[in-house]
Amino acid sequence: MLKVRVIPTLLHKGFGLVKGVRFDSRRAVGSPMQAVKVYNLREVDELVFLDVAATAEGRGPDLELVDELADECFMPLAVGGGVADVADVRALLEVGADKVVIGTAAVERPEVVEEASGRFGAQCVVVSVDTRRGGEVWVRSGTVPTGRDAVEVAREMVGRGAGEILLQSIDDDGVMAGYDLETIARVSAAVPVPVIASGGAGEPAHLAAALEHGADAVAAASIFHFTEKTPMEVKEYLRGRGHPVRA
Amino acid sequence: MGPRVAVVDYGMCNLDSVRRALEEAGGRPFVTGDPGELDAADRIVLPGVGAFADAVRNLRDRGLDDALRKQVLDDGVPFLGVCLGMQLLATAGHEGGRTDGLGWVAGEVVRLEPTGAGERVPHVGWNEVHASGASPLFEGIPDRTDFYFVHSFHLRCDDGGDVLATTPYCGSFTSAVARGHVFGVQFHPEKSQRHGIRLLRNFLNAGWAGC
Repeated sequence: MLKVRVIPTLLHKGFGLVKGVRFDSRRAVGSPMQAVKVYNLREVDELVFLDVAATAEGRGPDLELVDELADECFMPLAVGGGVADVADVRALLEVGADKVVIGTAAVERPEVVEEASGRFGAQCVVVSVDTRRGGEVWVRSGTVPTGRDAVEVAREMVGRGAGEILLQSIDDDGVMAGYDLETIARVSAAVPVPVIASGGAGEPAHLAAALEHGADAVAAASIFHFTEKTPMEVKEYLRGRGHPVRA
Repeated sequence: MGPRVAVVDYGMCNLDSVRRALEEAGGRPFVTGDPGELDAADRIVLPGVGAFADAVRNLRDRGLDDALRKQVLDDGVPFLGVCLGMQLLATAGHEGGRTDGLGWVAGEVVRLEPTGAGERVPHVGWNEVHASGASPLFEGIPDRTDFYFVHSFHLRCDDGGDVLATTPYCGSFTSAVARGHVFGVQFHPEKSQRHGIRLLRNFLNAGWAGC
């Protein structure tokens, strides 16, 4: 049976990892290499690494850093932040990313998704759909509204070849009070590809709720940075609730 | 010293992860897209993500299909295809029209079709690998261990004897094949942590008598 995935998210800015609240007020939480090594030892299901400053700073992904991280990562690694075109996708895959997360560029120039998927396969194209409560999609690190609903955007992305949707709730990010379950349910029901819920996990019950509302995988950051919970403990809890998890 | 492993570069990415994992498994991997350099290999790994038709074209354009056939089928160099690399063993693929594959394993590569609610395609994540029988490739790995998958197509073998393992998804699909010294796995051992590294080590060591 296919297991649900619990995915720690690493947000990178400048020289270290950060974690913020509502895509803002980010504070330092450590070094990416150290985090990758720890998660590798703990055998987590997958990692998401997002360079949250890249698009705002008008630069592409930090390939050198991703190359170093990927060498330590014997687990699936999805990398995003600053991915503007298919050349960025290729470059990230070449240095060892298994999947590339496309955010702003996917919404503003969806042909990027089509091109990347056609060239490298849908399985390595993850589109980040960042929403406010209610489901409106915002881009550029949650600073620019698009006026479009998450369901419409997610459907378009899948139609253009996205293999997974990373559904991030801006308003719930770092708040640790639970995921945006309503949007998760609507988007999961609307697309045939896996949906990774992100934003809001503060306790294991929150991750269970996201799965019970249709998510196929749950990403979380603050719960692992700021509480004593480990991915393994979260999975034990999920197992107790009847969700299939990997031992 | 471990065996020299050629990681075949035919423009279909994910080479670095495979190279690193083979190193971790005790091999001496080298990445090459040059048919002439395959001669130096004790083992050959064909990785790959992407579309079947592009992959076949890339192999042919570089003269790698003939070189692989010579090394693996004529000279008996053990071979492991990973993900798309396993699918390429098939007679033909059906991703964007029918395309001939290498034809080393009789079968067709077809799209996964959900059989139940909640089954999504691509099939992404950790899923069980049920061994169909004993194989040196799975030595030391408990049956039904979870490996990491990410794919939309699968290889449907014509001959059940080629099936080394299956995975229960979209009904059930073939997740590993073996035909003599030719192996293929649909999952990603290079991304399946210690069990994946173990599988690669098994591939490197099976029948290996040293330099």
